Amino acid sequence: MTAPEGDPAPVVPGRRRLLRAGALGLGALGVGAAGAGLDRSLRDPAGSGAEATEPDPSPHGGAVVPFHGAHQAGVETPAPASATFLALDLREEVDRDGLLRMLRLLTDDAARLTRGAPALADTEPELATEPASLTVTAGFGPGLMARAGRQAPGWLAPLPAFGIDELEEQWSDGDLLLQVAADDPLTVSHAARMLLKDARAFATLRWGQTGFRRSPGVVRPGSTLRNLFGQLDGTANPAPGSEHFAKVVWIDEGPFAGGTSMVMRRIRMDLDGWDEADRGAREAATGTRLDSGAPLSGGDETTLADFEQVSANGFPVIGEFSHMRRARGVDDGEHQEIYRRPYNYEHAPAPGSGLLSEAGQVFVSFQADPLAQFLPIQRRLDELDLLNQWTTPIGSAVFAIPPGCAEGDFLGQAVLE
Amino acid sequence: MSQHSPLPSAALTSLAPAASVRALVGRPTRRAALAAALLLPLAACTSGASDGSAPDGTASDAGGAASDGGVAGADGLALVDPWVKAAEDGMTAAFGTLVNDTGRDLQLVAASTPASTEIELHETASDGSGGMSMQEKEGGFPIPAGGELVLEPGGNHLMLMDLTAPLQPGDEVELTLRCEDGTELVVDATVKDFAGAQEHYEPEDSSGSGASDAEGHGGDHGSGQGDDGHEGHGGDEQDGHDADEHSSDEHGDGDAHGNDAAEQDGAE
Repeated sequence: MTAPEGDPAPVVPGRRRLLRAGALGLGALGVGAAGAGLDRSLRDPAGSGAEATEPDPSPHGGAVVPFHGAHQAGVETPAPASATFLALDLREEVDRDGLLRMLRLLTDDAARLTRGAPALADTEPELATEPASLTVTAGFGPGLMARAGRQAPGWLAPLPAFGIDELEEQWSDGDLLLQVAADDPLTVSHAARMLLKDARAFATLRWGQTGFRRSPGVVRPGSTLRNLFGQLDGTANPAPGSEHFAKVVWIDEGPFAGGTSMVMRRIRMDLDGWDEADRGAREAATGTRLDSGAPLSGGDETTLADFEQVSANGFPVIGEFSHMRRARGVDDGEHQEIYRRPYNYEHAPAPGSGLLSEAGQVFVSFQADPLAQFLPIQRRLDELDLLNQWTTPIGSAVFAIPPGCAEGDFLGQAVLE
Repeated sequence: MSQHSPLPSAALTSLAPAASVRALVGRPTRRAALAAALLLPLAACTSGASDGSAPDGTASDAGGAASDGGVAGADGLALVDPWVKAAEDGMTAAFGTLVNDTGRDLQLVAASTPASTEIELHETASDGSGGMSMQEKEGGFPIPAGGELVLEPGGNHLMLMDLTAPLQPGDEVELTLRCEDGTELVVDATVKDFAGAQEHYEPEDSSGSGASDAEGHGGDHGSGQGDDGHEGHGGDEQDGHDADEHSSDEHGDGDAHGNDAAEQDGAE
């Protein structure tokens, strides 16, 4: 939106180029990431004496993920280390005009901060100088669509109740979702606060959740996340940049074309209870080897599971009750796949609670149609999944992620205007 | 450009055609950006002050620059990142960085906006007792060739003396800035919810009671706005203190980032 750029540093491509980059950019981004990995692996080996150049002492701080494009950043782009999820409720008196003004302000903040520039009227501009792959992703709840006077997608509603749920309202629903993520928690903190300051005239904070993944440079980019059970989580994901990913995630027609749906579940994990399970019991529950992530039927992390394989005494090697069997994407040839982009959470337990941790997962999945893709999987897990013994969903929300925007436009413009 | 021109008549009369270009610093649409690109060469021609230093706003870049949120200024004069503090009524202030690429020294002498009956150019100085106070800047602000003038909270700023209507976050406000030599710049400034910018205002002719810059007190400066429009914002004593409500609860809890938003809710 408003946007005079004082600082000439960022080379800002023209609108048309941006749109084209949006369409093609992710492939390029994937290549870039792979290139960086390759670069590092070439530099790291022991015989690096030949290396003349000084290593960059802060290689991640300046990394920029383009904000503008056909899709919003923060979905197909690599999941950075630190994330804050904010759900806001519109104030009662905010009308459609107010809503659009808010989105323009937030879009401007996001566009600036993600390229390492301070927000307009940023009171701590020094905290904005290391974008560290910052992304800001906006999602709309049913309340926002109603306030804008626009038809919401049919699936944009709370998920049906599941037997395993112990939902708490404080972690559920909301009119507007902001996913703020970067490879640095201080960057995330500043961006989130800046966005909240510009939203507060229009909305109140319903809930906030924070989560973490591996820090940058710790594991090979693209590695599957380990959750707090030690389990590799997300192995079955479609590969970002692939046609498969596009088919699973992006909506291909209607106002939300180029957007997607986001399912958020706050899943409490009973780490103390998990401690009581030995490795065999754990692997029986997950259906995978904990070390490699390989299915119990053999191979490595990426080997397809052989669900037919039986043990010497005739039992399925990957148990009927195992998470892997129950959560597998393709069931009876149907297109039931999702893209998981979860974060771990861990907070200090309440004083005096006797617990060692308050921990779990901010489960995040993106899929073009949550009812056709997410819901069948979740129903199966609800019916039977040995992991349920240690996991409890305590929050749930569904948001519609509008497509990305071009320079000068605001997030959700295509959907709301 | 603006329907009223409360500026010293000297500034109006001294110069021939003022180079007046709409600098699209607001939320430029593509069409508007193109329009700016078309306007620029005209402005350059009419200003008569061009010294050939070819400011960046040539026709070819201007469209791109403006649509990128860049700055197309009056023949090389630009206000970068213009914004105004949101206020219900009374006074508020406008900020930004004036960049002078005209190749000549300028003196900012006046400003106007449809949003306020009057704009004063203010400087902020130590009041000698540890605080800061602000006062009208006699003669305006110099902007040397190739230099800039920073207008910021706690420093020099444009004071909107008496708002004609509430300025809500996300609004766009047109500002017209005039220099002594007739150079004129029109920009759209974004209204921001901002807790700071509460300099103590000490008009030279006042008895000293003063008013906080952004609080919109009608008392000292004859608002004429009355107390209308304050419904839902709490006490009459604290007229128009929206911004202050924000600031006072801002640092309440060390907890999650959005607590102030939640508290905000409670405050209403």
